[in-house]
Order: sequence, then C-alpha cells, then structure tokens
Amino acid sequence: MSILINKNTRVMTQGMTGKVGQFHTQNCIAYANGENCFVAGVTPKKGGQNFEGVPIYNSVLEAKQQTGATVSVIYVPPPYAAAAIDEAIEADLDLVICITEGIPVHDMLKTRYKMQGKRTLLIGPNCPGLITPDEIKIGIMPGHIHRKGRIGVVSRSGTLTYEAVGQLTALGLGQSSCVGIGGDPINGLKHLDVMKLFNDDTETDAVIMVGEIGGSDEEECARWIKDNMKKPVVGFIAGITAPPGKRMGHAGAIISGGQGGADDKLAVMEECGIHITRNPAEMGRVMQKILKG
Amino acid sequence: MKIHEYQGKEILRQFGVPTPRGLACFTVDEAVAAAQQLGGSVWVVKAQIHAGGRGKGGGVKVVRSPEEVKLAAQHILGMHLVTHQTGKDGQVVRRLLIEEGMQITQEFYLGMVVDRSSQRVVVLASSEGGMEIEEVAKHHPEKIHKLRIDPAAGLLATEAAQIAKKIGIPDAAITEVVIALQGLYRAFVEKDAMLAEINPLVLTADNHVIALDAKFNFDSNALYRHPEIIAYRDLDEEDPAEIEASKFDLSYISLDGDIGCLVNGAGLAMATMDIIKLYGGSPANFLDVGGGATTEKVTEAFKLMLKNPNIKAILVNIFGGIMKCDVIAEGVVAAAREVSLSVPLVVRLEGTNVDLGKKILAESGLPIISGSDMADAAEKVVAAARSK
Repeated sequence: MSILINKNTRVMTQGMTGKVGQFHTQNCIAYANGENCFVAGVTPKKGGQNFEGVPIYNSVLEAKQQTGATVSVIYVPPPYAAAAIDEAIEADLDLVICITEGIPVHDMLKTRYKMQGKRTLLIGPNCPGLITPDEIKIGIMPGHIHRKGRIGVVSRSGTLTYEAVGQLTALGLGQSSCVGIGGDPINGLKHLDVMKLFNDDTETDAVIMVGEIGGSDEEECARWIKDNMKKPVVGFIAGITAPPGKRMGHAGAIISGGQGGADDKLAVMEECGIHITRNPAEMGRVMQKILKG
Repeated sequence: MKIHEYQGKEILRQFGVPTPRGLACFTVDEAVAAAQQLGGSVWVVKAQIHAGGRGKGGGVKVVRSPEEVKLAAQHILGMHLVTHQTGKDGQVVRRLLIEEGMQITQEFYLGMVVDRSSQRVVVLASSEGGMEIEEVAKHHPEKIHKLRIDPAAGLLATEAAQIAKKIGIPDAAITEVVIALQGLYRAFVEKDAMLAEINPLVLTADNHVIALDAKFNFDSNALYRHPEIIAYRDLDEEDPAEIEASKFDLSYISLDGDIGCLVNGAGLAMATMDIIKLYGGSPANFLDVGGGATTEKVTEAFKLMLKNPNIKAILVNIFGGIMKCDVIAEGVVAAAREVSLSVPLVVRLEGTNVDLGKKILAESGLPIISGSDMADAAEKVVAAARSK
C-alpha cells in the first residue's frame, strides 16, 4: 500500500530540461523502480526530444495521453510554476507535486481557486516531494537515508523531514511514505489531509508529524486526530525560539498577530493526545518508545 | 517587504483612495516649506519608520504654526523612536511626512490579509479604528468583521457596502467607503501585497472618509514584477546583516544570543535554534543557506555570522540532500581560514557525501569539534560557548 504513490505510479516531469529538473530527474530515475516510473517530460517547444531516454512532450495533456502518466512533478521556475500547476489540473491528473520555491502568493491564490471542483491533488509548492521507500521517489530528498517500513512522516519542512527520517532509519524503523507538504502559506494538501491518508493506510502503523510556526494547520490536524486517529502520532514544532513578526525563511513561517506560535501549537497537540517532543533530536526515539509500548 | 506610510499613501491615491494632502521631507527646512506649501493652520508632523505605534512613541505631533512645525521636525528627525515594534534601541527617524490637519469625528479600521486557512484574501473591518487590530481581536473579537473575497469576482460593491454598515459607517458615507475598500482591494491584488491596513480610516465632520494611515507589506517572491515597489525599499529600515545576507540569497535574521548557527533549510534552522535553547544556550541568529549553496555562498554566510561581536561559538548543522556535505565542508574550511576563526566551531554533518565532508574537516588542521548528531552537537556548542 503506502500513500499516494507506489512502484506502479507513472510520473511526468514538468520543467525536466532545466538544470534543476535534469539533476533531480536523474536521481529519481536512479532510485528503486524510478526507471519504470518516470515516463515523460514536459517542456513547451521541446516535444519530440528526450532526456536520458525519457521522451519530452509539448504539453501535460499530450504526455498523459501518450504515456499514461497520472502524476506530475514540477521544477518550473517561480514566475511560470503556478501556470504549470494549472495545466496539470486542467489535464485532470491524479496528483501534482510542485517542488518550486518562491511562487508569488497571489499566483497560488488564483491556482487554488481554479482547483475548486477538480479532483487533482496538489502537494507543495516549496516542498521536497514525497517518497515511498524502495519503490519510488518523487522529489529532491536524498533517497539513501530512507528504509522501507511502517512509519509515516508528514512535514512542512525539507531538511527537518530528512532529520526525522534519518533518526527513524538509524533506529531501524522504516517508513511507509514520507510527505513534505511545503512551507508556503497557500498550498495543496495540509497535515490533516495527509494524516487521513496515513490513518487509512494498512501499511502504516504510526506517524511522525513535523510542523513549524505560522498558521493553524497543525492545530486543525491535532483536533481531527483526537477524534479520529487510530494510530499513535509523534509531533514536533520548529520555531519555539522564533521571535514574533520575523519570517523564518519559509513564507509561511511567521508568528503574526499573536498567532502561530510553537508553544500554542504544542499545547493543542498534547491536549489532543499527540506524543509531542520539544527536542528535534528525539523524534525517532519517542516513536521507538511508543512502539515498544 | 515593508514600505513607509507616505509611500503607501501614494499607492492608495493611485487606486482612488482619498488621503490627506501631504509631503515627504528629509530635513527641517523641507518640513517648514512643506507646511507653507500645503497651507492651512493645522499640520501633522509624522515620523516615517516602518514600525507601528509611532504616535505613542512620540513620533507624531499636531502643530499649529510654522514655528511649531520647525520645532516638531527638529525634535523628531534623528530621534531614536521606540515603539512596541522596534525593540528597545528604537529606530532612527530619517524621513517625515507633513500633512494637513483634519477634523475627525470617527475612526475605523480597514485591513486585508492573505488568509491561509480559507486560501483567500480576507477583508477585516472594525469600528475600533486607531487601535492595534491585535488588541481589538483579543478584547473585542466581536467588533472585527471579516469577508472572504472570491478571486474571480473581486470585491463586490454590495459586499463592501454591507461590511461598511456593520462597522457603523453612516449612510451618507457608505459610497465613499465602498470606493476606498474596492481601491484597497485592487491595490492589494495588483501590487502583490500580503498585508494592507488603513488604520485609521477617518470620517470627517462633512461625512467624507480619508485614509489617515497606510501600511503595506508586499510578497517578496513577487517583487520581480514590481520595480515600482522595489524603488520604495529603504535600506535604513533594515538590519545591515540581513541586507548583506539577501545579496547572497541567504536567509538571515539577527537574534540576541551568542551561538551562531549555520543550517540548510528553514525548518532545520529553526529546530537548531530550538535545540540550542533546550540545552541551555541562546542562538545569535537564524541562518538558512538554502538547498543549492556553493562553497562561496557558505563562505559568505560564515563571514556574515562572524560580524556579530556577541558570538561565542558556532554550530554548523547540515543535513545534506541536494546540498552535498563536502561542499559545505569546503566552505567552512575556506571561511574559517579567511576570517582566522577565533571562536569554537562545532560541525554536525549528515546526508549526501558525509564521509567526504568529514574527511575535509579533519584534514584541514582546524580545531573543529565534531558533533555526531543534533543533540551531541548542541550540547557541545553550548558547553563551548559557556567556557569562552
């Protein structure tokens, strides 16, 4: 099982011919079943060419029709990335993963509006992507730190996700799927959406949820967990020491108007039965302790 | 990106939102000349800094003669204006706005934000103008009215009129408030704003509405399509270290501790600050070198961090994904040599090419303390800072 993607997923890459797209496409192809999974690239006006043997098409729709790919990963530069998401949604794909960092917020507001009533799911933007270890990697995470197993990971941050994964792997705890939902304020799937998928996944036993300051997505997810989650959840929030009003790198990571602070988030999560830790080096060990009962 | 009040009012005027007549000034002479040019018998001398709360801090004076304009300008220009948003050292006032005085009967609040939970632009309006909206939200949440805007339709006149009525705008002034709200919304969207506030929007004795203040915060990711907004940037209002960092595409924020942190990724950078605190230390900065850093970028990041005189120790925490550990290691070594490092340096490397990275550090001959994981590294850097 796993969530969202597995070894049978067929993926197209929008922006495959750029420097970033090329580099990560090579790495994704080299990971597990990647050679069979990455079947198409999309670059307008470069249709008919290929990169590393992967055929390039002029449009998402054409790539879908020619190859049967139903998932897209986007490395298109920020000024054009929202339009790339729009195109993938128009083509009625199952899932779009947008890696691009720095998309204007108003572009994403328009894109989110166009997504209403469509079935396409969006992950990101400004995210590392997602991985189902030993099957498929879609995104920019280092594949070798992962290990197949039964822990789900969902996070707003990139390298902090790797940190959680690295700790799990070092303790011999493998992962079912790891999802980076991204650090932008206007984005696709939230913690809650991914948590629901993990709850229903028969191959996931427990989940690590990594959040950060800003917004109230973690609180919303925590309240849902309290009433619905059948599996243990370990939680960490980055930014306990962040001062209000300062944007901590991610566009979404800011404490504003007295809202979005790490302590408030942790308090709600704890109330809702999540096993929180304030020590980012302890995420894996807290999980290990819970699983041992 | 933030701008000054007088710049915000320029934008408001472009979008049909009425503002008082006023002129921006840099000197006392200019201020006096501005008052004479504006005419009338009452003026307001307003300090222009990016922080809010200027009135309470003594940065706004109502004056009634050219002589008083001069005295107020002399007093405010150059002062270290301390408000709840500036920190204890305050912000030096280098610009003034001289405006005509107004007969005010009532004050209201109008604001717009990008709301992440509804994924829409939300209008905020309140009868409690002139106060911090955060305070109103805390004590009188029922006095804040919200409206989510449909991006396809924009802000409709009927919706704007409804919210104007809710906050107690008299019938005679509703039309003007609708125009102001629609203008503010168009400015918000067309200029890629993240936040816009008119606080207060005032009602005059003859039922006209005027934006007495203007605050904007723009999306830095959209500045590439707004040279006119970039032109408003005032480097005097920004932290010199943060300006330097932005030149090298580094994300840097000064904090008041003594342990420098250099990390890749915003989330891990925050978590690194948190763990330093957890082990009894205090971070001197947030510094995210990003995913695609080169040796040069790491060197610049290092130099930047070391400009802070309070630094007693440094923690480099890298989980290499896209960024390879050997690249970081080379940058660290180059930087440590270039600045002849005098404080203890703890390095924790993990991820892609970690062994190569560790080898480069070990062979450099520099007194680098190695951290085996995040906790070990944090413990060591806190101990090193204490023993300094």
